Amino acid sequence: MSTVIELNQVKFTWPRSDKPVLDIAELVIDKGQHLFIQGESGCGKTSLLNLLSGITEPDSGNLRILDQPLTALSPHQRDRFRADHLGVIFQQFNLLPYLNVIENVTLPFYFSDRRRHKVKDTHDAAINILRELEITSGLFEKDVLDLSVGQQQRVAVARALVGNPELVIADEPTSALDSKNRDTFLRLLFELSTEHDSTLIFVSHDDHLSSFFEHSINLAETNRAYQGEAV
Amino acid sequence: MNLIQLSIKSAWNRRISLGLTVLSLAVSILLLVGVDMIRKEAKSNFMNTISQTDLIVGARSGPINLLLYSVFRLGNATNNVSWESFQELSNLDQVAWSVPLSLGDSHRGFRVLGTNQDYFKYYKYASNTPLQFDSGVVFKGVFDVVLGADVAQKLDYRLGQKIVVSHGLASTAFSDHDDKPFTIVGILEKTGTPVDRTLHVSLEGISAIHIDWQSGRRSAFEISAEQALKMDLQPREITAFMLGLKKRITTFRVQRQINEYRQEPLMAIIPGATLTSLWQTLNAFEMVLLGISALVVLAGLIGMLTAIMSSLNERRREMAVMRALGAHPYHIIALFTLETLFLMLMSIVLGLILLYSSLWALKPLLLEWMGIHIQIVWLHWHQMMIIGVITLIALLISLIPGLIAHKRSLQDGLMIRI
Repeated sequence: MSTVIELNQVKFTWPRSDKPVLDIAELVIDKGQHLFIQGESGCGKTSLLNLLSGITEPDSGNLRILDQPLTALSPHQRDRFRADHLGVIFQQFNLLPYLNVIENVTLPFYFSDRRRHKVKDTHDAAINILRELEITSGLFEKDVLDLSVGQQQRVAVARALVGNPELVIADEPTSALDSKNRDTFLRLLFELSTEHDSTLIFVSHDDHLSSFFEHSINLAETNRAYQGEAV
Repeated sequence: MNLIQLSIKSAWNRRISLGLTVLSLAVSILLLVGVDMIRKEAKSNFMNTISQTDLIVGARSGPINLLLYSVFRLGNATNNVSWESFQELSNLDQVAWSVPLSLGDSHRGFRVLGTNQDYFKYYKYASNTPLQFDSGVVFKGVFDVVLGADVAQKLDYRLGQKIVVSHGLASTAFSDHDDKPFTIVGILEKTGTPVDRTLHVSLEGISAIHIDWQSGRRSAFEISAEQALKMDLQPREITAFMLGLKKRITTFRVQRQINEYRQEPLMAIIPGATLTSLWQTLNAFEMVLLGISALVVLAGLIGMLTAIMSSLNERRREMAVMRALGAHPYHIIALFTLETLFLMLMSIVLGLILLYSSLWALKPLLLEWMGIHIQIVWLHWHQMMIIGVITLIALLISLIPGLIAHKRSLQDGLMIRI
């Protein structure tokens, strides 16, 4: 099992729209890769991430994640699949404001038995990964709103990686950070996803970030639907 | 961390607006259940006014009118019953006992009832409770009087005191039977019935004070109390009488017999049946009150819906995060339903605490002002059902924000557009 994601002739159209927004001939992502997907807004980023996370289904084509054809699963099974195998990091507001840091990080264990069974103790697992992300123990019981944005994003990484999901999807996670925080964030993200043996897909409009990654693709070029529109 | 804890923590995060929602729902539940409770208590108080009396007989008029003046001491009889008819009907084979009632005089706003000693033996209220003496004894002499509990309490009367009865219901100097005062020999215990507001004297006492009266005025020839005692005080007329039958099954036959009585136009009513039909005339008012309370509950529920709906936008990110973590759409709906369930449970608990503490505080006042004796009892199944139905409606209403949030989370996917 060397590939994590395989897209083949995948097309996607939003409901109540007649033109597809996404049309990808082929996209293969190998296990353990750190892939940068560059794409300005409107080039189908949202649609791609929704497809990869199993929130939506393609109109046609093959979409395999971890050797599992996602199209063969019911919406309910896809929700479970996402809980078990995916960690997601958003641009901002990743954390539930009414839970403290530890509670936010242990949240995936509620939705995924698989991730819970991978760790001995959910609380310890959360603490360990928070330490690795340089969150000091004084912050563990804090309200997430008391944390700086940089700290919040690192807690979001902890939550995405806790219980070792195979795939981590980060959507513009650094756009709210200053350059110092961004560098720390990226360094830790890379370190930890390597350590946890997770494949990382990092999506951003910011071309400069591609220099941090070994692999990168440009979605505007990969997405035939977008090219068609541009011509 | 499970869904229930999540939902509690999420709600706690919005505790101020939700707290106010709970308060308004609690007050509306207090109102609805409270109105229903007082209504039930008032009805049972009302229905308990008289029991064990099979028939009440009076001059022919309306049944409710007869009930009102004979039992509730409200209004006046249109006509009287002759002593002969009373005697004859009391001696029917089916009749076990009879008690004459003679009304028309008053004392400082309280009605005076002329009757005999049997009244204290046969008048029963609630299911089968006889009248009890708080102090003193049944009247024996012509000028003895037994007071109802309220009369004694309001006018601060004690045993041995002498009081003067007024002719009719007005209390003016001319109409006082001040030449023939009565001595208080007994005071009854409180019953929660019109008996509490009645002064009881013997029929002979009624005759004695009217012996020198003609057509509602004092005649020129005054007869003193001592002289009156030596005269024939057998009344010629009474206002009404109560009958107890040997066998209850004969009630309708005796009633018909009295209604068809040839010597005099009389009417017999079954107190329970007439009480019920009287209560039904009050039903509309009762329903309006209940309807208003129900609308208040509805307003409370709409308030709750508003509070939850207005939180939808701020919770949009929360929902996207949950979906990203693998929450099913039903998790999202369940969060709203659980939240509503907590709000309802808290409202119910708070509402009931408010209800019972206000009942406890109002109990003496209700008894004093309205004569309604409230028993503080646990909820009737009927009231539990009302609460259950409200909760069910609330849970159904909670599906509205739940489904909206669910639909949005499908549209938003992992992207939060705000």
